[in-house]
This record gives sequence, structure tokens and C-alpha cells, in this order.
Amino acid sequence: MAEVLVLAELTGDGEPTRGTLEALTAARVLGEPVAVLLGAAHPAADRLARYGAARVLVAGSADPAVDLAAHLVGPAVDVLARLVADRAPAAVVVPGSAAGREVAGRLAVRTGSGFLTDVVGFAPDGTATQLAPGGTTVVQARVTCGTPVHAWRAASLTPVPAPVATVVEQVLVEPSPAREARVLARVVERSAGRPALADAAVVVAVGRGVTGAAEFALVEQLADALGAAIGASRAAVDAGFCPPSCLVGQSGTRVAPRLYVAVGISGAAQHWSGVRSAQTVVAVNSDPDAPVFALADFGVVGDLATVVPELTAQVTARRG
Amino acid sequence: MRLVVLVKGVPEPTGDLRLDLADHTLVRADSGVDPLGLHALEAALRLREAGGGTVTALTAGPAPAASVLRHALAMGTDRAVHVSDPALHGACAPQTSAVLAAALRRVGFDLVLCGAASADGQLGVMAALLGERLGVPHLSGLRTLAVAGTTVTGERQTEEGRWDLAADLPAVVSTWVLPDRPRRRTVAGIRSAAATPITTWTLADLGVDPSTVGLAAATSRVLSAGRPVRTTGRTGDPAELVRFLADRALV
Repeated sequence: MAEVLVLAELTGDGEPTRGTLEALTAARVLGEPVAVLLGAAHPAADRLARYGAARVLVAGSADPAVDLAAHLVGPAVDVLARLVADRAPAAVVVPGSAAGREVAGRLAVRTGSGFLTDVVGFAPDGTATQLAPGGTTVVQARVTCGTPVHAWRAASLTPVPAPVATVVEQVLVEPSPAREARVLARVVERSAGRPALADAAVVVAVGRGVTGAAEFALVEQLADALGAAIGASRAAVDAGFCPPSCLVGQSGTRVAPRLYVAVGISGAAQHWSGVRSAQTVVAVNSDPDAPVFALADFGVVGDLATVVPELTAQVTARRG
Repeated sequence: MRLVVLVKGVPEPTGDLRLDLADHTLVRADSGVDPLGLHALEAALRLREAGGGTVTALTAGPAPAASVLRHALAMGTDRAVHVSDPALHGACAPQTSAVLAAALRRVGFDLVLCGAASADGQLGVMAALLGERLGVPHLSGLRTLAVAGTTVTGERQTEEGRWDLAADLPAVVSTWVLPDRPRRRTVAGIRSAAATPITTWTLADLGVDPSTVGLAAATSRVLSAGRPVRTTGRTGDPAELVRFLADRALV
């Protein structure tokens, strides 16, 4: 059976990201998943095996002083390009984070292949289902040359365990520092006391329609009543209500909550591309003609200053 | 410093992104300038004001794309280059990056700037592809940007927070919205832009074989296109909304 290389991304705690487990789940349709991990050997290998990685290839430098994490995406491209040449896999699948997409694109260029982003499913013949352009349309697409590289769109399926006995192998990779940006620091920014946006079950997001600090405070109360993370459109970040890490949509942060509440958001494609994987979407907007109402499962037309506190009260009453 | 900014025509932000039913390429009813590209352009103009040098705007696309270059010239760009060739129709991202890299080599650059993701394709990978093609570092997805001597630094926006990046020039950077708003065009700027000649290059001018670019040679192909499926369109008051959520066990 052909191998499929799956790049493993780890959280700060050294656990495989949800996108990695999704990619491992989806890749089984194309062949036998082989996980590729950068850095020292990890307890993550066990988790990767639980989700079907028959092999875990741990890539590191022969020089213990070299830190692969000190370079932006280049080392991942280096090691995957070498493994594509050595192992001739049927395909490569990477989690479609901002960094993962860049790995996919560069790997395709380096190996003379094509790549697809926003992939949400595979057929055994290698055809991919993807959301394009910009997450607006479901299309069937194929890579037509080289070794297909797919950037998986996170939050497109529920990871399914498929435990296998796994073999861990070391692979050597030497980064080319002159060609790569140096990563000086990695800083986590998150609003304290609220869940992280990327894996929150409920997200309350604010947009242009939220016009003042008082209105934003009302939205925060609704978010806390729902136990939600706070997201934002570009306009709300520019207005200074939220840090840039709250951006949903074109910033690359995609959310896949069970519930997405869009408050004062018009529904522009750039924002909506990050929301499509939400299971239920509701919208509150004072403009009855806002495009968001055609995108949401349920809409409330009205003044935010009235509607939002009313929702908070109703939700709190139910939570009792 | 030789600064080159990639600018791009995109459909109006409120408009639909539609695929052509015949060949599944994006319908190019471009009527606006990609907004993030203008942020990159503003950054380049400020770098020139602080440290001297030239700013060149570069775009690839059909004839109407020249209007995007006029916009860039009106903002204060020194020079504009338009890569235009019928063979570009339906080009995939790897092909586009090869064409732009050839144009960048010919223009000459110390720092290439572009938007982190276009409003239409939204792949968010062009800076990385150009870094790969040109063999220089890419600092992509930046929300701040600074150049000191021959070092470029910036904060990369990530899903979790930020990464602080640095590299030596030459380099490619891509930017999200930066602190400095793109300047408005002045009447004088629009007048002088109209009088500035735009350099137009074909693929042959760049030494790129047209048969390697475009739909027929694309590295990936859309086989069929549908529409996303959402159940949509119910409206009601807050009490009805909370009942709706309760029915779905969401509150």
C-alpha cells in the first residue's frame, strides 16, 4: 500500500493539533499514513499512532546545537522534499494552518508538483474536495503533476482513532539558515479566562456594527454567559476592541465551533471564509439587508444595545 | 533600497466570487485594488521616505490590471511594471509565482512586499512561493514591519498569537493590516500617474515559455464546482432565537 506523508504540527504542550489528527484520519483514504515530526523524539508519537500513523519519522539535525524551530517553515520543506524523493509517497498532507499552507506551497514548487489548499476530503483515486476560492464554493479538484501536496482545512471532520503499532525512525535534516527567516520568539496572546478561539465550542464574534466600548462590554457579557471565545472581524480589530489574535477569517484563523454568534458582522466573504465550518451560525445585525442573514441559520434584526442584553438574560435564565 | 510591491486587482469585496462554468477559473470582474496590497504599498512608501530608494509596483494580469498600477502610481510609486500575456489565463499559484519571480529578478529588488492574502484567492502563500523561487527569506503574515540597515524584522500574526521574525535583505515580506493606513491619492498624484508610462512585459520578455503557464499546463485542475450547502434564512426575536438554540442543545 502506498504511503502518505502527513506533517504533524504540535501545540505548545507537545500534543498533535486537531488539524494533524484530522489530516491523519483523512489521509487513510489515499494510503498508509506516515507522520513526519520536526524536533526531538516526542511522546506525541503515541498519539499519532493512535490515529493511524504506521510510522513516525522524527526529523532533527545531526548537530545538537541546531534548533529547527528557529527557522520559519523552511526545515519542514527541506525534510518533506527529501522524504518525497526517498520514499515516493502517493501524496503529502499538511495541516492547513498559516504555516502549513506555506509548507505545502513551497514543497510543491521545490518538487515540481501541484498543491491544493482548503482540502476537506479525499476520494481513493486522489481527487480532493476543496473549498475554493476563498472558501466560497465546494469544488472537486486534482493535482496534475508531481507528488500531490494537500493543505487540509482544519475543522472539516471529527478525528477518528485507528490505533496501529508504529515504528519511530530518525531522519536527519540540515536547515539552510541564509534562506530562511529567523524566529526570535513565539508569543501566545489570548484573552485571559476565555477559551482559545481555534478550538472553542462556542464563538461570539464582533464586527463593524459594534460601535463603542459599552456595546462591546455587552457582547462580552453574552460571550461569558455562553462560555464562548471572542472573535472579531477586521473592522473590530482595527477599532481596537480585540487584539489581532481574535481575527476570524482572512487572517488564517478558522473556527469550527458548534455555535457561532455573529454580532454586528456584515458577512463579507473575507470574514466568512473562516466561519464556514461552524455547525450552527446565528447573526444579530441592525441592517435587515446585511448579507450575513443569508448565511446564518437564524438571524435577529435589531439594535445591538437592546438585542444583546436580552439574549444574555435569556441564556442566563436557561442556564439557571 | 530597491522596494518592489506586488499589487493586484480583485472583485469588489461585497461581490460574489464566481467560477466560470466552462473552465472553472475565477470570473475576473476585477474592479478594486486588493486592500492588503495597499497596506504593503504604504509600508514601502514610508520605508522610502525614511531611508531613500525607489518603489516599483508590479502586477500580473489582463489589460485592466493597469488601473491597479495607476492607483499605486497616484499614491507615490516611482515606477510601474505590468506583466500581461494571454497565456496567463487560468495560471495556478506555482506558475504565477514563477512568472512574478522572473519579473522580480528583472526589476531588481532588496525588499519585495505584498499583501498576506488576496481578497479573492486567499491562499496566503505567494510570499512563501516567491521566497522559495528566489532563494531568499520570506517574512510572511506580518502585522508590524521595520527595516534597520540590512535587517528586516516584524511580528507574524499566528493562530495563537505572534512570532517575532528577522532576516537579512534581500527578502520578501507579506503584510496584514499595518498600523499606518494607506494614504489617499491626491489630485496631483492622479494627474502625474496618468502621465507616467507603465512598463509592460510579456512572458517572452521574461524568458518564460508560454506553454508552461496557464490553464492547460496548470499543476492542479478544478474538475467540477457546486455551492456550499447551509440551511439559512430564518429570522426571529431574541426569545425565538434562544428557543431555536435550546432545540439544538446549544444553550
